[in-house]
Amino acid sequence: MSVAEKLAAPAAPRLLGGLRRDGRAVPLAAHVERYGPLPLELRAAELLDRVARSGLTGRGGAGFPTATKLESVLRRGTRPIVVANGTEGEPPSGKDKALLAYAPHLVIDGAVLAARAVNAKKVIVATTSIVHAAVARAISERPREAGIAVRTLVVPDRFVAGEETALIQFLNGGPAAPTLTPPRPYERGVGGAPTVVLNVETLAHLALIARYGATWFREAGTPDEPGSVLVTVSGAVRDPGVYEVELGSPFAQLLADAGADGQAQAYLVGGYFGTWVKATDAHGAAVSNVDLAHFGASLGARAIIVLPPDACGVVETARVARYLAEESAGQCGPCVHGLAAIADSLEQLADGLHTADTALLRRRLAQVANRGACRHPDGAVALVASALRVFSDEVDRHLRGRRCTGHGRPVLPIP
Amino acid sequence: MSDLVLRVNPILCDGHGLCAELLPERIELDEWGYPIVDAAAMPRSLEPHARRAVAACPVLALRLERR
Repeated sequence: MSVAEKLAAPAAPRLLGGLRRDGRAVPLAAHVERYGPLPLELRAAELLDRVARSGLTGRGGAGFPTATKLESVLRRGTRPIVVANGTEGEPPSGKDKALLAYAPHLVIDGAVLAARAVNAKKVIVATTSIVHAAVARAISERPREAGIAVRTLVVPDRFVAGEETALIQFLNGGPAAPTLTPPRPYERGVGGAPTVVLNVETLAHLALIARYGATWFREAGTPDEPGSVLVTVSGAVRDPGVYEVELGSPFAQLLADAGADGQAQAYLVGGYFGTWVKATDAHGAAVSNVDLAHFGASLGARAIIVLPPDACGVVETARVARYLAEESAGQCGPCVHGLAAIADSLEQLADGLHTADTALLRRRLAQVANRGACRHPDGAVALVASALRVFSDEVDRHLRGRRCTGHGRPVLPIP
Repeated sequence: MSDLVLRVNPILCDGHGLCAELLPERIELDEWGYPIVDAAAMPRSLEPHARRAVAACPVLALRLERR
């Protein structure tokens, strides 16, 4: 272990532990006091090695190994560019906004270190409008480090804008809509340069791995899924918000921390491309992809919504299906027409109309999957399919024209 | 078996549907008129028909690619 790895790490929670009580961003001086200075003495190979040994995976949703992503832009003949993805278009997710608003220096540290690791000289922090000022202020507080230029840019507040290829096309002056792959951003990204796009939370973890080492990072989490993770919890809970938990920790503990009352009928796990999980199933589950796979779910965008007993899963999912249809970039026929038709089918079911036809709905779900340029239609299809599975009793009630359980306020947020 | 596979660019495709008429063995249309392409390996005997379907696409959305 090298000298720098022995630097004392602050106590958990790792990312959110140093936040101010007044809701303002942690200034640079306080940030350095808590975490220590940026370890710019680390060479690129050492940085890459630490990230690889840490087992850090992307915290945006796809969960790709971060070291592999960094290595993908090396030796391509053109100097790479680093993009910090803080777009977070998921309505039920707030973790990236929280990180950028309250601890922007952690993210910028990570982005600068990622740039060091791949010998990039340009970093772009892509954000939603609401946190842009905090990020711009944090950048202006910092000296230019290691000759790396950091700038920030606002991306439209749309669901698909954060998809990697959509983000690249937008940064290149085009619309924030996905493009056909290949080429992937690591092959041809911003200005044609190989580009590594990393979620802002991923970069915050990277900033700490560079300082305290891979062994420290693995002290939290499980051997398969090391580290901590930010989760946004909302719905029927007393304290909705962003929580930092160890991967592999009990799902029930997270819910208790957020003040769930134990009356929930189901949870939406992973955001709007996520999966409904029955409350009875989730009871003994862990916050981990390995464990959630037993219920056909994954952490996805790390947003969890608690559905109370007086809500209807069919009605709630129909609202989100319509939202996702309207958030289609409008480029691919199967997505444009398919998601609208799926939303039609689900709304007829939700409204208890005699025209409701679940066989047709299932046929449409099967037809649309895997036929877009990006994964937007697939995510929407997966959500609706899980609703039909988990809320099968409710579906039957709707088909028979019985009164549904949903008489409370809408739960799933639609912008 | 041919070492070529059919791939549609869904961004370019406008659902003209000519491909499904020329290559019904591999392409069917969904309920909105967009092609569902069988991406599995195809027999060599279908290659000329596949080329004709590719050439007929008015927006060049259909391609034959090496596997």
